[in-house]
Amino acid sequence: MSFQLNINRKPQTVEAADDTPLLWVLRDVLDMKGTKYGCGIGMCGACTVLMDGKAVRSCLTPVSAVTGSITTIEGLAEDGKLHPLQQAWIDLDVAQCGYCQGGQILSAVSLLAQHPKPTDAEIEQGMTNICRCATYNRIRAAVHQAAGQATGQVTGTQS
Amino acid sequence: MATAETFAQYDAQIQALIAEVETITPPVATIGRRSFLKLAGFAGGGLVLAFYLDTRPVRAEEVAANETTLNAFVRIAPDNTVTVYSKGPEIGQGIKTAFGLIIAEELDADWKTVKVDQAPIKPKVYGYQGAGGSTSIPRGWDQLRQAGATARAMLIASAAKQWNVPVSECTAADSFVIHKPSGRKLTYGSLAKAAADQPVPDVAKVPLKTRAEYKLLGKRFTGVDNAKVVTGQPLFGIDVKLPGMLYANYTKCPAVGGKVKSANLDEIKKLPGIVDAFVLDGTGNPLEVMPGVAIIAKTTWDAFKAKAALKVEWDESAASKDSLTAAATKAKELGPKLPEPETNVGDVDAAFASGAKVVEVAYDYAMVSHQQLEPQNSTAWWHDGTVELWTPSQQSDRGLTMLVNMLKLPEEKIIIHQTRAGGGFGRRLMNDYLCEAAAIAQKVNAPVKLQWKREDDFAHDFFRAGGYHFLKGAVKDGKLTAFQNHLVSFSADGKRPVSGGGRSNNSFPTDIAPNVRYGVTLMPLQTPCGPWRAPTDNVQMFVIGSFLHELSVAAQCDHVEFLLDWFKRPLAKPASVPQGPPPDLSRTFNPARASGVLKLAAEKSGWGKKLPAGTGLGIAFGFSYGGHIAEAVELSVDASKHVTVHKITVVGDIGPIINMSSAENQAQGGAIDALSTAMGLEIGVEQGRVQQSNFGEYPILKMSSAPPVEVHFIQSDFRPAGLGEPCVPPLAAALGNAIFAATGDRVRTMPFKRSGYSI
Repeated sequence: MSFQLNINRKPQTVEAADDTPLLWVLRDVLDMKGTKYGCGIGMCGACTVLMDGKAVRSCLTPVSAVTGSITTIEGLAEDGKLHPLQQAWIDLDVAQCGYCQGGQILSAVSLLAQHPKPTDAEIEQGMTNICRCATYNRIRAAVHQAAGQATGQVTGTQS
Repeated sequence: MATAETFAQYDAQIQALIAEVETITPPVATIGRRSFLKLAGFAGGGLVLAFYLDTRPVRAEEVAANETTLNAFVRIAPDNTVTVYSKGPEIGQGIKTAFGLIIAEELDADWKTVKVDQAPIKPKVYGYQGAGGSTSIPRGWDQLRQAGATARAMLIASAAKQWNVPVSECTAADSFVIHKPSGRKLTYGSLAKAAADQPVPDVAKVPLKTRAEYKLLGKRFTGVDNAKVVTGQPLFGIDVKLPGMLYANYTKCPAVGGKVKSANLDEIKKLPGIVDAFVLDGTGNPLEVMPGVAIIAKTTWDAFKAKAALKVEWDESAASKDSLTAAATKAKELGPKLPEPETNVGDVDAAFASGAKVVEVAYDYAMVSHQQLEPQNSTAWWHDGTVELWTPSQQSDRGLTMLVNMLKLPEEKIIIHQTRAGGGFGRRLMNDYLCEAAAIAQKVNAPVKLQWKREDDFAHDFFRAGGYHFLKGAVKDGKLTAFQNHLVSFSADGKRPVSGGGRSNNSFPTDIAPNVRYGVTLMPLQTPCGPWRAPTDNVQMFVIGSFLHELSVAAQCDHVEFLLDWFKRPLAKPASVPQGPPPDLSRTFNPARASGVLKLAAEKSGWGKKLPAGTGLGIAFGFSYGGHIAEAVELSVDASKHVTVHKITVVGDIGPIINMSSAENQAQGGAIDALSTAMGLEIGVEQGRVQQSNFGEYPILKMSSAPPVEVHFIQSDFRPAGLGEPCVPPLAAALGNAIFAATGDRVRTMPFKRSGYSI
């Protein structure tokens, strides 16, 4: 079947079976590899994209159920300018392997849209993506920094 | 070779692999020679230095005679950029950034001009190309510094010649050579060509900086690929795309060792998007290709959908019948029957009978899985008499050797491209997915990307083995006087513990007490096992670190004082003076370094402070992969045994810190990974089948349970250890000790959820 999608502010027509998850349409049909496959059951969040600004798990979103504009990690920066969350992720050197981080950043975009100055509890509730490298301390700090708040990061010292 | 025979050998192959990964001999500092640095010709010109980056026991004369063993390069180009080739894979441990920083420090290069490229997989040129055992940094430390310092010396010499001034009047900073008296400056780029005409100085005579002189090392740097990571660039194996590429999934018997009897291939081939479906007999070796069904499709989703419709009848006559619940029962029967000890020092029975306080308890821990977040994949393309592969392996050089044997192709006909890996944790030291991709693509006239489902990653891991310890210890006058450990473990070949499941000389040193007895009983296991982040230490230090606390409690000693005293016990001396170079002291247990980290962890965690009821502080020490690490956990436990971890304190001495940001990140990640695993992760196996299939049954810890981790380093002038592994082992014991402090309940089994605790 043919589907009209709006991805990263661009209309796209794709051919896919109607039960094809958006994840695989993005990765295999449109060759946009930023959205990652992790578990296929909506548990890990590596496949997170924004639909009308809200985080959704693209592995559980059939292409036929896509009703709004999609933003993927490739489309978060506009006119070559990084989103404040992307910049915070670089500034605080959040990533280890980096595989989950695109999904983490998009979850954080969705969180900040709801809670522009999130508390730790709101971050914990809103950020349910798995980071297998466990960079959670850094993720929390980067969300705070992008929100213009003190990072609250527990920092090490050197002796 | 018969399948069963091959199968029995896989574990021995993993043991050999672990030995290769972990061995760093001789110490690299002893093999520095002039001949290890050479000028090399590169397209584009500039100053290119080749050097030997490895620690295999290669003699200097051999290297001099064979220039191809020079396996690392640094290039200063006329455009002022500095390029370093990283021969090992980036799996999240941060070596690409660290390698560049080490060179840039000694080179006095402007960090912004340094880039790090991934070297191709060519073991004949590059030697060892894996990432394991936290060895990338200790293997490369001396040579990377020497290469940087040598290039700097040549740039200075070339500037001095141009200015016609003595070298002693010149210095370098931020990619400039500076003539101190006149303030004249020349960029490295402008000097690069002329510098290449300078003789390569004797490495031994090029001074290296002291730690106090570092401008870059020890500071915070963001990873060199971070801009690509946060914008979703295709860096990983799973992101590979070739023209005309097809997508495959491979279904193996859920009980390892099963063969395909029949499969509904005709039905599968009729499904939408399916190009082909066929059976592979495989090699019968779980490290290569086990029998199974390949589905070739136009998209990954087509392949996954068809897999759901695939019906295979398995011949399970030679398949695993493993039952871990039956093994647990058996282990408890075997526990009291100590076999003929393999270590027996002093007189353990006399010490137990001498009026000391004796503690006799049993510990155990479950099998666990790796579950790196990027599911296994590799892309293979047979063309023009070659096979070309792209893989996120942790050890592609080993993969190449396996492919040479399996495909009966000469090495030069196999081209492997190393991609970034979405996590490793030891799982990707195996190359089964790479071998499968090659075998599948051999039957397809197109490039093929093999993509495992997450469920495949659960069903076919090389798991961390479970184990059972039956312990007896004695304390007298506040000192540990006797220690007995009966380990009931698993074996693939009936001869020795499965890889990653045996004894660790770090966590169970024979000099743990004046009187020591250690025995091992093995139970058969067919389920593949392998190295999991800090293999053996990650479980044994839970057992030893918890038991030492039980003994200090029995002796009514402060645990920190007890451990500080224990560190001072006389160290065992080798029976005879070993041949070869002297031992590498940077990777040897050092009581002063151990005491240093423990004292600082006690101070930073507030050891000894008054805590409210239901709150506890636990502490443990671990020496693992060259790192001296102390960790403290502060937590509270509510009436329903829900644990809230308030803070983890990690203190490490791994020598000098290269990138403070990355080091802190590794320490935080290691501690939380260990917390996640200790609290809630367990793999069950029944009828040879892994009982967990996805993250729902294997709840890797998320943000809501991740405590703040405060990290401190005591920097020292020992050569640096890596940091991918050492921060994992002490955590579980610190956690258990904290729960004991909070509740009086001693947890002697992992995961702790078995005892009713949740996080």
